[in-house]
Amino acid sequence: MDLSREVQMDLHRRMVRIRLFEEAAGRLAESAKLPGFLHLYVGEEAVAAGVCGALNDDDHITSTHRGHGHLVAKGGNFRQMMAELMAKSTGYCKGKGGSMHISDLELGMLGANGIVGAGSPIAVGAGFANKYRGRGQVAVAFFGDGATNIGAFHEAANMAAALKLPVVFACENNEYGEFTPRHKTMAITDVIDRAAGYGMPGVIVDGMDVVAVHEAATEAVARARRGEGPSMIEAKTYRFYNHHGIQNLGLKYRPDDEVAVWKQRDPIFTFEERMIEAATVTAADVERQWQEQRDDIADAIRFAEDSPVPDVDQLLVDIYSTRTETTGSVS
Amino acid sequence: MTEIDPGDRKLSYVMAFNEAVRQAMEADENVFAAGEDIGAFGGVFGTYGGLQATFGEHRVVDTPISEQAIVGLGLGAAVTGLRPIVDLMFMDFMCVAMDQIVNQVAKIKYMFGGKARVPLTITTAGGAGLSAGAQHSQSLEAILCHIPGLMVVYPSNPYDMKGLMTACIREDNPTIMVKHKRLLGMSAMVPEEAYEIPLGKARILRKGDDATVVAYGRMANEALAAAELLAGDGIECEVIDPRTLQPFDTETVVESVRRTNHAVVVHEAVRFCGLGAEIAAQIQEEAFDYLDAPVARIAAPFSPVPFSPVLEQQYIPDAARIATGIRNVLERQLAFGVASPNG
Repeated sequence: MDLSREVQMDLHRRMVRIRLFEEAAGRLAESAKLPGFLHLYVGEEAVAAGVCGALNDDDHITSTHRGHGHLVAKGGNFRQMMAELMAKSTGYCKGKGGSMHISDLELGMLGANGIVGAGSPIAVGAGFANKYRGRGQVAVAFFGDGATNIGAFHEAANMAAALKLPVVFACENNEYGEFTPRHKTMAITDVIDRAAGYGMPGVIVDGMDVVAVHEAATEAVARARRGEGPSMIEAKTYRFYNHHGIQNLGLKYRPDDEVAVWKQRDPIFTFEERMIEAATVTAADVERQWQEQRDDIADAIRFAEDSPVPDVDQLLVDIYSTRTETTGSVS
Repeated sequence: MTEIDPGDRKLSYVMAFNEAVRQAMEADENVFAAGEDIGAFGGVFGTYGGLQATFGEHRVVDTPISEQAIVGLGLGAAVTGLRPIVDLMFMDFMCVAMDQIVNQVAKIKYMFGGKARVPLTITTAGGAGLSAGAQHSQSLEAILCHIPGLMVVYPSNPYDMKGLMTACIREDNPTIMVKHKRLLGMSAMVPEEAYEIPLGKARILRKGDDATVVAYGRMANEALAAAELLAGDGIECEVIDPRTLQPFDTETVVESVRRTNHAVVVHEAVRFCGLGAEIAAQIQEEAFDYLDAPVARIAAPFSPVPFSPVLEQQYIPDAARIATGIRNVLERQLAFGVASPNG
């Protein structure tokens, strides 16, 4: 681990924030305080944190139905996130998006997405715009193993390679497409085998190791910034909760021992052990981090609970834009 | 009823489109175009001809045959600040990209609480009449008009083409520009300078007091021809071209129907669940007491577009069939279209 203490603490902070946000959201959902669907990112924190830790503020990401972690990792504000999940007017999307459409364009987070695979073509568009502007920005498409079976992903990956766009394809292989294990839905073991078909480099990383993810992402992002085109990262990871919510209607589709083995490899706790062992941080430093973020989530929940629901006259607002004049020069 | 003096220069429908794109690209560096074969080849009907030579490969981009990624390319670039034009060669191919169009492009602004702006123009070629068969000839505009968040235009002549295309590019919402394949060579006076025709404003192509005929795209021209046929018998039709199908200019249509007391809607799309159903419903809601007869719809039968020229000619409404339909309405005889269970 030759990352600076500052970078390591930053990656740790991003992961802790994701974990706390997701666990809070899960509890609120179980107590029926969140309407709609909820897909939690717990277990996969190292991927969003490692990748977003390698990005600049003006880089773009597209996300998935399991998207809270990506927004948190890109710098998302807990208050607006929690308010959105509670369908309040103070939420990121004024209560019109919810968990599956949470976004912050100012942070370059171009949206969670309810359609599997649909974010990748949008990331290609952001990547195209980044290349067009020539300011060195990159776009990252997050997607799951299941998304690589859908046509939109294939079109996006091929187009990014053909047009040599500054895009990083970040696959979160959590071994399940909703409730069906990966081996039943594809005949290959490693999603990364597909990268070669697009003529882009690909690398497998341990998705439970934030440092490994960060290292791979740093390299892929640097390559994209140099104008050498897209690349793909497959992070082997696992979701600790179910596809949807925490208990997920009690559906049993994963062996208990499999879940237990992955939980032993918790990306946050293992990273903490390594940092403490290397004397990069102390146990007290770690605890302080957790406490700070716990305070932030408690504040966000209070804020969201105290926030008003949308006025009903908001129903027909925000469907169309009113025109703004352009200057004619690249924006 | 034109907004701008058309001047004395003739231009084809296809070159009116091309000129609108060219002038928009000259005026705004954020405008670029991407699609299959639009660069070096200039587009399958020459719609983008010469633009890559002028603006370079980075602004007129040849893409893979990947409709979902083409629309995604436009959407991602639009929400991050550019003003893309993306081309889907044939309207039928929109079906390949429906997730991106319907679930992403149309909804991203609303889903994000209004925070996204989508200045994206999707261009395509619709309509039958070239024996292009069932997968290259459809008129699917009703499907698009059904989706909140989209705007849909369908010009019937070169003048409207240039003004509507200019408006689409400058618009901050996703617009779908449908070019009719059979109108590409149509020539008319078109101003040389860039100008806009406001979206959502119909144009009265011909004044008349006996019946209101609403028609768009190539059918607007057939409706005009039908009106000329009927004028010989002293029947004066008012022909309205909505030009923009979403948002739809109900007001102009209803105002006309209140004067003529008869309404006929014409389109090349299949009659069942076509745009005519919506227009007829709006007319009866807004002008029921003024109607002397039910609103008639003259449209394609409930069938895929056939390949055979003989069958295709039977499929597409023409001036004679439209004239018959109008007469039937005026005589309150309700027998129009090709017999079929649904339409």
